[in-house]
Amino acid sequence: MTTIDVLDQPPAPATEIAAPRGRSGLRGLSLQTKVGGGILVAFVVAAVFAPLIAPYGSNELDFVHIYAAPSWSHLFGTDGAGRDVFSRTLYALRLDLGIVLLVTYPPLVLGVFLGALAGYFGGIVDAVIARIVDVMIAFPFMILVIAVIAIVGPGVKGVLIGVPIVAWALYARLARSQMLVLREQSFMLATVALGYSRKRAILRHAVPNLMRSSLIYSTLDMIANLLLLSGLAYLGLGAQPPTAELGSIIADGQSALLNAWWVTTLPGLVVVLFGLGAGLVGDGLSDGRLGGGVP
Amino acid sequence: MLSYLIRRIALAVVVLFGLLVATFFIIHLVPGDPVRIVLAGRATPQTVARVRHQLGLDRPLLGQFWLYVKNTLQGHFGTSFTLDAPVSELLKQRAGASAALIGYGMLVSLVIGVPLAIAAALRPNRVLDNEIRVGTTLTFAMPSFWLGLMLALIFGLKLAWFPVAGYSGGFVGILRTLTLPAFALGLALTAVVVRTLRSSLLEVMRSEYIEAARSRGLREVRIVGKHALRTSIMGTLTILSVNLGFLIGGTVVLEQVFQIPGLGTLLLEAVEKRDYQIVQALALLAGAAVVFASLAADVLQAVLDPRVRLAGR
Repeated sequence: MTTIDVLDQPPAPATEIAAPRGRSGLRGLSLQTKVGGGILVAFVVAAVFAPLIAPYGSNELDFVHIYAAPSWSHLFGTDGAGRDVFSRTLYALRLDLGIVLLVTYPPLVLGVFLGALAGYFGGIVDAVIARIVDVMIAFPFMILVIAVIAIVGPGVKGVLIGVPIVAWALYARLARSQMLVLREQSFMLATVALGYSRKRAILRHAVPNLMRSSLIYSTLDMIANLLLLSGLAYLGLGAQPPTAELGSIIADGQSALLNAWWVTTLPGLVVVLFGLGAGLVGDGLSDGRLGGGVP
Repeated sequence: MLSYLIRRIALAVVVLFGLLVATFFIIHLVPGDPVRIVLAGRATPQTVARVRHQLGLDRPLLGQFWLYVKNTLQGHFGTSFTLDAPVSELLKQRAGASAALIGYGMLVSLVIGVPLAIAAALRPNRVLDNEIRVGTTLTFAMPSFWLGLMLALIFGLKLAWFPVAGYSGGFVGILRTLTLPAFALGLALTAVVVRTLRSSLLEVMRSEYIEAARSRGLREVRIVGKHALRTSIMGTLTILSVNLGFLIGGTVVLEQVFQIPGLGTLLLEAVEKRDYQIVQALALLAGAAVVFASLAADVLQAVLDPRVRLAGR
């Protein structure tokens, strides 16, 4: 991969990492975070309730209306088999967002934990974890996942195995570099003075602090994973037909690009809109401390 | 300086060794027997045994690994089952188109990204800066293959400025056949270039020598465009080298969109035919390319910027 690279930025001091307290609910959030959050909520609702919202079945054929242009009865038009592109997009979104969550968040937890260990203990633990991270990050993500798919065969399984193999590494690197700073903070030193166990110091006191920036970074990671997923589906390596994925719907439209632009264009715009929502949330939450924004 | 270089190169060697281990074990540990998969229906026990022997799969695991390392270091990537040719030959035939596409894509991202980053850094948090930020968020969120198809629809099919498929070499050929895929590839990276360069520029802008340039009465555009940029651009080159992996992934998809006979299409053909020798070689090659690129960027930076090599002490 990667994404907009926040990992080479120096870690913010832990005092800045802590969330602003005392403000409740949405009031503390910037406008762009709210807009982005609104977009994400709409996507989640659309994905969860896809079977209720979709006006047609995802594989409902209608040979009378082949390549029908977008209209009120077919918002996104129809494809070469007369299937409603809007309904297919909704079902695809449901599948793709589910996969994206599965390949983003479990590796996040593992990565933060390993990064915390590496940063806390240093020495040989650090050296081993950091080198494995280097190797994982050196792999072009897409190539690795394709290599895994070459062995286990096309389908969602390859993605579910291939992505987590690498995905934890970025979080581990981020958490490790922050742990190095955090370790020296007075509240962490206090855990030693108070005689807390290392387990308690790491899990109860350090990890919650490390989570925040990883969660912010995960908004970018979700975009990257959705793009990866749709790329694989476009190549025919994702869920197999007739199951719809965003990338495979776009690929279906390629042969009729000039006559039926909507089959390719509109599902792609849906991906872009999701990315915009996640990007705005990430930007807004990081408030300039990670990547964009004013230092 | 020398000790920094030695440490940096040693690190690269460790990572390269890790890549060898990883590519070796991908094939051996992921569920599914490559030989049975390759032979599919025609797998009598005898043929399976014969092919296993040919590939050295009947040796102990450590022996296999040693053989793999030795062959790879000598530039032997084995023989393709399906195409019946040495893998290294196949790689050579296909590498040109992919390298051209990646280079062109990087160029696009710099030519578009650097001026935008300067414009954004000149007046941070003003209208133009915010527009650039939203714009780059958008291009970052676009699937590169979808952007490629949109460009093909507009500039290929409607306006007929460029062909929508195929590849020809030479300067004019590359300009004609790779411009659309290179823009699709480069625009996603532009977001990365703009963001890292912008925040690095803003950081440099607070340093004392910029203050000194200001007090001499230099114009702001000149300060940012010349003095600050010189310091920041190296960091951006590092970011570009780190993102080589991202570009390689993008190339695989875009070669398919535009029917370019490069390494990406070779990889997909190999996946389809389960030719795992090619897959393994390409995965290793792609990883090694990223390692060498980031090594080159770090060394170059150390040579040009004394702060880097001194900071490591």
